[in-house]
Amino acid sequence: MTIQEQQDEIIADFEYLGEWMDKYEYIIQLGKELPLIEDQYKTDGNLIRGCQSRVWLHVDYIDGKLVFTADSDAVITKGLISLVIKVLSGHTPKEIAAAEITFIDAIGLSSHLSPTRSNGLLSMVKQIKLYALAYQAKSIQQ
Amino acid sequence: MTETITIGESRRPNGESRKLDIEKIRRDFPILEQTVYGHPLVYLDNAATTQKPTAVLKAMDEYYNTINSNVHRGVHHLSQLATDAYEDGRRKVAEYINAQHTHEVIFTRGTTESINLVAACFGKKFLKAGDSILVSGMEHHSNIVPWQMIAEERGAKLKVIPIDENGELVLDELESLLKGVRMVAFNYVSNALGTINPVKEIVTAAHRQGIPVLLDAAQAVQHMEVDVRDLDVDFLAFSSHKLYGPTGFGILYGKEEWLNKLPPYQGGGEMIKTVTFEKTTYNDLPYKFEAGTPDMAGAVGLGAAIDYVRALGLSNIQHAEHELMVYAMDAMSGIDGLRFIGSPDASRRAGVISFLVGSIHPFDLGELLDKQGIAVRTGHHCAQPVMDRYCIPGTVRASMAVYTNTVDIDRLVAGIRKAVTLLG
Repeated sequence: MTIQEQQDEIIADFEYLGEWMDKYEYIIQLGKELPLIEDQYKTDGNLIRGCQSRVWLHVDYIDGKLVFTADSDAVITKGLISLVIKVLSGHTPKEIAAAEITFIDAIGLSSHLSPTRSNGLLSMVKQIKLYALAYQAKSIQQ
Repeated sequence: MTETITIGESRRPNGESRKLDIEKIRRDFPILEQTVYGHPLVYLDNAATTQKPTAVLKAMDEYYNTINSNVHRGVHHLSQLATDAYEDGRRKVAEYINAQHTHEVIFTRGTTESINLVAACFGKKFLKAGDSILVSGMEHHSNIVPWQMIAEERGAKLKVIPIDENGELVLDELESLLKGVRMVAFNYVSNALGTINPVKEIVTAAHRQGIPVLLDAAQAVQHMEVDVRDLDVDFLAFSSHKLYGPTGFGILYGKEEWLNKLPPYQGGGEMIKTVTFEKTTYNDLPYKFEAGTPDMAGAVGLGAAIDYVRALGLSNIQHAEHELMVYAMDAMSGIDGLRFIGSPDASRRAGVISFLVGSIHPFDLGELLDKQGIAVRTGHHCAQPVMDRYCIPGTVRASMAVYTNTVDIDRLVAGIRKAVTLLG
């Protein structure tokens, strides 16, 4: 599935969930299913500092693709992270660097990407993009 | 053109309280009549900012519609009216806090600016290498950082009055903590915990050693009587927007002798007497500290807010809010796993309930309350040292105002229960 197809699927999923509380129930469920980062990677170096909740992000470079695992101390943030990972993880650095994240806005959670929200999600998306750019630059050099 | 008006003692209420009609009061705040995510708004973020009654909005509207003009400058009619309105605001503030002179009331942009002003001006003149500033362990960053900045500049350091498990200041070691201290700065009421601090005890101890005191009253002036002469504080800071007044406006009170000793803060218009390229002489109090065109509408709005609060009666407000605090803490105690951060005693608190439920992250709880139309604050409340003290990432804070009713509290309790089920 491409990044865009994955985003479309999430948008379609959320369309079924009318009520806010239903959406959040789903996000919380996703948070609980998030492939957890291995403890050895839950380091200060992998910590993305949001104001209110902490987010750890780890990247592996496998067969030309970037695979992300993450964790957060807040469940809702964790759910949102799992959506971002679902969309971006397992793609090439080039695809990730070029991707436009539209689904968060489309499912009505754009406020979570506001810098004032400080829940770490925006910083995480930025960090994923930075990793992608770094690996892209590296692969061009090689 | 400093005028000195000595304000009488007659304004003190007699201590008896009248029961307030909260439903009638709520009608003065039209913003409360709205729905958020399909639910009637429950506004419990009053420690961040209170809503404004129509009387305040009207007064500001009228100022702009009828007399707006620059103050203290023009000889023309409107300028005179604007100046009168602006100075009337100052007089109302002076009366509200029982200042001896109106010129002891300086208009600023808020509590933060008031504290920065004192820290910068006092530090420049009185702080030497090796000196200390004493703050408390439950200060808002606004009453830590300005002191840290000037301390760093002058080679001075910060000392801290510790807090105990119940969110109370530990004063056993106060006498020895005061050694080498040049200024004591602390809050009347903690914004993160709601604790009401023993101001007089600290002031007495500080004054015994000749040390001045700055009191951050940002979380106090809307909940209880604050009398600067009775408390004998040397400086006092608060914000208009937490006292039902407009945002971006605040107060610094200082005893005349102290304000006269401090150098000016910012340079510009209004704060001068004469200017030549060789030498500028500064204006008298309060204008020495009010450089530039001030916020005239802000003064008018705060004046109207004070009129509003005084018409309700501070002791009535205090009584009603205490009853609600007891009701809220009692109702919230019934929630499994809920723990209050700070004093378990409602009478030791004003306006603020900080809490956590089990191991639920405050952000998750706040988010799910928001989606039920309930506005609370989550996080460290700009008091990170307090959170470090309790080893927690933050709290959920519900804070009340005079218009908060039992329906708001019932909705909060139901909202927490629903969120807990969802997160469970």
